[in-house]
Amino acid sequence: MLLLSIDWIFIIEKVVLILVIILSSFGVAAYATWGERKVAAIMQDRIGPARAGIFGLLQPLADGGKLFFKEEIVPDRSTRTLFILGPALFMVTALMTSAVIPWGPDFTMTIGGTERSVSLQVADINIGILYIFGVVSLGVYGIMLGGWSSNNKFSLLSAIRAASQSISYELAMGLSLIAVLMVTQTLSLREIVGQQHGFWSDGYFTWNFFKQPLAFLIFLVCSFAELNRAPFDMPECESELNMGYHQEYSSMKLGLYLFAEYINMFISSAVLSTVFFGGYNFPWMDQVQAAVPGGLFSIICVTVLMIKVVGFILFFMFIRWTLPRFRYDQLLNLGWKGLIPLALINLVITGGVILFFFNK
Amino acid sequence: MPVAVQLLIAIGFVAIMMIASHLLGPKRRTSDKLINFESGIPSIGNARQPMAVKYFLVAILFVLFDVEVIFFYPYAVNFRALGTEGFYAVLMFVAFFFCGFFYIIKKGALKWED
Repeated sequence: MLLLSIDWIFIIEKVVLILVIILSSFGVAAYATWGERKVAAIMQDRIGPARAGIFGLLQPLADGGKLFFKEEIVPDRSTRTLFILGPALFMVTALMTSAVIPWGPDFTMTIGGTERSVSLQVADINIGILYIFGVVSLGVYGIMLGGWSSNNKFSLLSAIRAASQSISYELAMGLSLIAVLMVTQTLSLREIVGQQHGFWSDGYFTWNFFKQPLAFLIFLVCSFAELNRAPFDMPECESELNMGYHQEYSSMKLGLYLFAEYINMFISSAVLSTVFFGGYNFPWMDQVQAAVPGGLFSIICVTVLMIKVVGFILFFMFIRWTLPRFRYDQLLNLGWKGLIPLALINLVITGGVILFFFNK
Repeated sequence: MPVAVQLLIAIGFVAIMMIASHLLGPKRRTSDKLINFESGIPSIGNARQPMAVKYFLVAILFVLFDVEVIFFYPYAVNFRALGTEGFYAVLMFVAFFFCGFFYIIKKGALKWED
């Protein structure tokens, strides 16, 4: 009897959604590697991958397939269990963050004669932002385990760099978001997106970017550091550390690290667009909603969100090939002495302004 | 609940990928191949040596400040309800935060050049 009381269609619906999200994260990550190489090539006046398929579009598939058929090497002096656990943990945390992002508005669907409202969000937990922070900080363990268990000096140094870099920037990231939360008054990503409905209302923009530009800037800089991407890619700088914390890894374990980094980039682009750029909202969406059927409207919204995400991914890539790498002490100084006080001041000013000028 | 489902599916994906590459890849182990790679130079000693204390100091400071940051979250969510009085209380908290912050900076905890 207990089995009957479970809403099976609900579970199937969620499983399908999760599978779609995970597979599309892999897809986006794979094509982000292709995109990165193409962007690098164009910015350096080269052609880039061009042999596999048209414009080298099959290149990521070839790379991924190749990684499966490579020899796995576990160095003699490494700690074996942790060596295997490292990339697995990194990948699992990268895949877990997508659970709370609202990918599109609900739509109704008729399944087995009953109308159901299908939500395009895996879990609407009311502390969505804290969930993301928690899972992202777990990702540091993946790097740390990988770097430490390799028993290689370069890997260890890189892992320690990565750990102290990402925890330093997590502070500024958390502080910058508090100013946004003061505007939104909720931690649920679904409600945050709901508040940014459309583009313009009551004589001002609805998107949080226009309400908290400074918070956006701090958050963006911090996400570069959290993702270990240039100009903050100290954990992976080839010129000092050979390769980085994944130096001893080969085969799909290396692949998991590299893929997880691109998945993290995809997810953080999604978070940036959700929190600051209105998620799936777009100008004149009410008129569009009235004009097209519900299912199609959801597809349009998801497409809009994906366009924003791709825009951010391209931005991450342009920055990587534009700016040179920071020095490590410059990086920590920027984080601790620049961004943290800035975020705190932004918080206080936001609080004061809302309280004394916009208190309804 | 859906988060648990997602966790299971993610673990499943990762496990499949790891096992597949384990089964598909060739295995020809030689003692030279299993040595750590350190730019071709024979590696000397164990890598797990004492590291610079600066990194650990950053980690300890992070724990302290992260706790303080967490205190802001409930305030930010209930910020309108708490009104002016709550705002002054938080201003005081921010002032204390800055006191600690200036203390560690003046102490040179974040100084990287000796």
